[in-house]
Amino acid sequence: MENIGALAILLAFCFAVYAVIGSLVGKYRKNPFLVISAERAVYSIWVLLTIASGILIYSLEKGDFRLGYVAAHTDASMSSVYKFTAWWGGQEGSLLLWAWLLATYSAVVVFMNRRKLRDMMPWVTAVLMITETFFLILIAFVFSPFQILIAGRGNIVEGMGKGLNPLLQYWTMVIHPPMLYLGYVGFTVPFAFAIASLITKQPGDSWIHTTRRWTIVTWLFQSTGILLGQGWAYAVLGWGGYWAWDPVENASLLPWITATAFLHSVMMQEKKGMMKVWNMVLISATFFLCIFGTFLTRSGVVSSVHAFAQSPIGTYFVVFLAIGIAATIYLILDRLSYLKSEMHLESVVSRESSFMFNNLILLASCFAVLWGTLFPVISEAVTGEKISVDAPFFNRINVPIGLGLLFLTGVGPLIAWRRSSVESLRRAFFWPSIAGVVVMIALAIFGVYEHPFALVSFGLCMFVTATIFAEFWKGASAIRAKSGIGLIPATIELTHRNTRRYGGYLVHMGIVFMFIGYTGAAFNKDTTKEVTPGGSFQLGHYTLRFVDMLKGENDNYVWQKLVVEASRGGTPIGTMEPERRLYKSSQQPTSEVAIRRRINEDLYLNFAGVSTDNQRAVIQAYIFPLVTWIWIGFWVLAVGTLVCLIPSKVRLSYARTQVIGVAQANAPVEK
Amino acid sequence: MNTYAKFGALVAVIIGVLVWLAMGGISDSKTYYKTIAELGQMGDQAKGKRLRVGGDVQAGSIIRNGAEVSFVMHQESKTLKVVYSGIDPLPDTFKDGAQALADGKLGPDGVFQANKIQAKCASKYEAKPQLKKNANRASM
Repeated sequence: MENIGALAILLAFCFAVYAVIGSLVGKYRKNPFLVISAERAVYSIWVLLTIASGILIYSLEKGDFRLGYVAAHTDASMSSVYKFTAWWGGQEGSLLLWAWLLATYSAVVVFMNRRKLRDMMPWVTAVLMITETFFLILIAFVFSPFQILIAGRGNIVEGMGKGLNPLLQYWTMVIHPPMLYLGYVGFTVPFAFAIASLITKQPGDSWIHTTRRWTIVTWLFQSTGILLGQGWAYAVLGWGGYWAWDPVENASLLPWITATAFLHSVMMQEKKGMMKVWNMVLISATFFLCIFGTFLTRSGVVSSVHAFAQSPIGTYFVVFLAIGIAATIYLILDRLSYLKSEMHLESVVSRESSFMFNNLILLASCFAVLWGTLFPVISEAVTGEKISVDAPFFNRINVPIGLGLLFLTGVGPLIAWRRSSVESLRRAFFWPSIAGVVVMIALAIFGVYEHPFALVSFGLCMFVTATIFAEFWKGASAIRAKSGIGLIPATIELTHRNTRRYGGYLVHMGIVFMFIGYTGAAFNKDTTKEVTPGGSFQLGHYTLRFVDMLKGENDNYVWQKLVVEASRGGTPIGTMEPERRLYKSSQQPTSEVAIRRRINEDLYLNFAGVSTDNQRAVIQAYIFPLVTWIWIGFWVLAVGTLVCLIPSKVRLSYARTQVIGVAQANAPVEK
Repeated sequence: MNTYAKFGALVAVIIGVLVWLAMGGISDSKTYYKTIAELGQMGDQAKGKRLRVGGDVQAGSIIRNGAEVSFVMHQESKTLKVVYSGIDPLPDTFKDGAQALADGKLGPDGVFQANKIQAKCASKYEAKPQLKKNANRASM
């Protein structure tokens, strides 16, 4: 069985090498048959890797503990869902997942473009397959998922397997890694198109049009992955945080930032023919940051709580990254003349300039996060001392950047192309600014002035919300006036006419909601108390009474549970039952927090432990204002992104606009 | 002033502010990695610096006393007594034998006052060391 799997991977490797050579030789010898055979090799790789993955999953499910991978990541008592997730639970399996996803994407790309872009496709195939080859080298020769525990060395005793860490046995953890991988791997596709377009000197921006949906879908996967990680940390880890600037978290954020910048700056290329070099740099940076993120979680370069154990895998990644980055830089420099801008920046107060500032600060944030993540490595190289920087560094730089971005979210979409007159600025931003200022004054009166950043953040949230509503209102009432339908159908009609624009507004709205949630963190309250049964304590306006401690046991774990009655201002609001478990197979304790989620604030209880004399329970209680808005924001963002993917009802030409100044006001569908 | 000069000036201002923030952030939160042995040799230098020390939690040494938790970390033959009094709960992976990272400062009495503990359970993503050794490369 495992031999078939290993053989499938080996064959896939050979096919990948063949696909690279076949498509390139085919292109330059002008032999279409060779190109087509290379494309068929891509399909075959998908079939082979599907077989290999199938065999691995089968072994995991069946509990074939002869395999090192199965023994290390599952045990007999695990449910079949978690056995399945062990596919990506460890080094080798997750590399196989990478390779399989890339094979899937590649097959889809090749199929969708089988009659299109014939000039460029051989190179697209080649770039995709070079990346595939790299991952197949890893799993075929270095980290094979089908390695057998050699019986002669006496470890058949490990007959039951090691199991999956119970902390990871949680529903979001089932989909979080594949979501992130879908995101990581997906950026290979736009990157491949970009490179192919550069090499073959394509006229126009066909690579951008072809990959626009890819990029958006991939971006959504990545956003989902990151948010699921946050949701998991919040609900499982017991400290109520959702982001700790851990190197691995940063690794997932970095390509997300550059991808976000890319999604915005391609609009400049489509509409104005500007920032062509920049877009090449951004998509390449995104791709390499994805590879870098995969590398960072595996190499042990930066110490992290999430990271896989140290392994020699780092060297392979460094070599791949070094060659890839050098080749890309050479290619971009060599083709600079082909990437010339078609227009120039005319004014600092213009849509163009707002896009540039958006990109500038996103990149600054990306650079700061990268710098902070690699600080131990850099400082050790420079001063010989390993120094790390912590959350305060990241927050201090990213909070102002976030607020700047939020401001641009409101300003960017409404400001005119080329240049804006004072009159048009006043018309677009007068009422939103008033709304923002009113919110800030009102909150300051209620005592928020102690947190200036929070105050500014809420003000900006209001400002952006007002601009977005104004846009929908303006467009929808124009349609209603013309056709006489109701406001809601008119809004839907409006969105359908230009899904990309109004979907984009929805995404922005989601971001605003998330900012509201993140800003709430400025008002967190917490307390740690040791209480005896019957005792009670106070947190904010909640009174928490510790009623009882229960104990029990099942096949999987031993548990201890607290019964806590919560009340607010004398009115009981329910019982909460934080729990601690000790998993038998791994001897791993976990805490199951109790969360009372409400739209305004979450009450969060963690059973931290029992005092050494076994008499008192240690309870950590937290109030997290507005956290729910982060998850609401995510759903809005997801819906908005999906709306962007629906084809617009009114076919828009992507011709360069020649709209001057303020003429946009009564033509909202023209964008 | 032409557009590009204006644009350039704005960019310079933004970058300047961010660099200034970054410098402040670094000096506020920089933490030195030290081994327990190095910590012993630092003497007076150790005072006032934020340090991060790694080691294994000695079995049976974890004592909870109210909100404070004390334990002993060892690395090779050296040991270090650590008192944790931070706000965040200790991670679930923190237990006897776990690899722990303690952030904090060295007190005058030689006890390490930690305000942040990270712990990695040896089996979190990887097989336990003895399995790894036996299985050779297989389970890495």
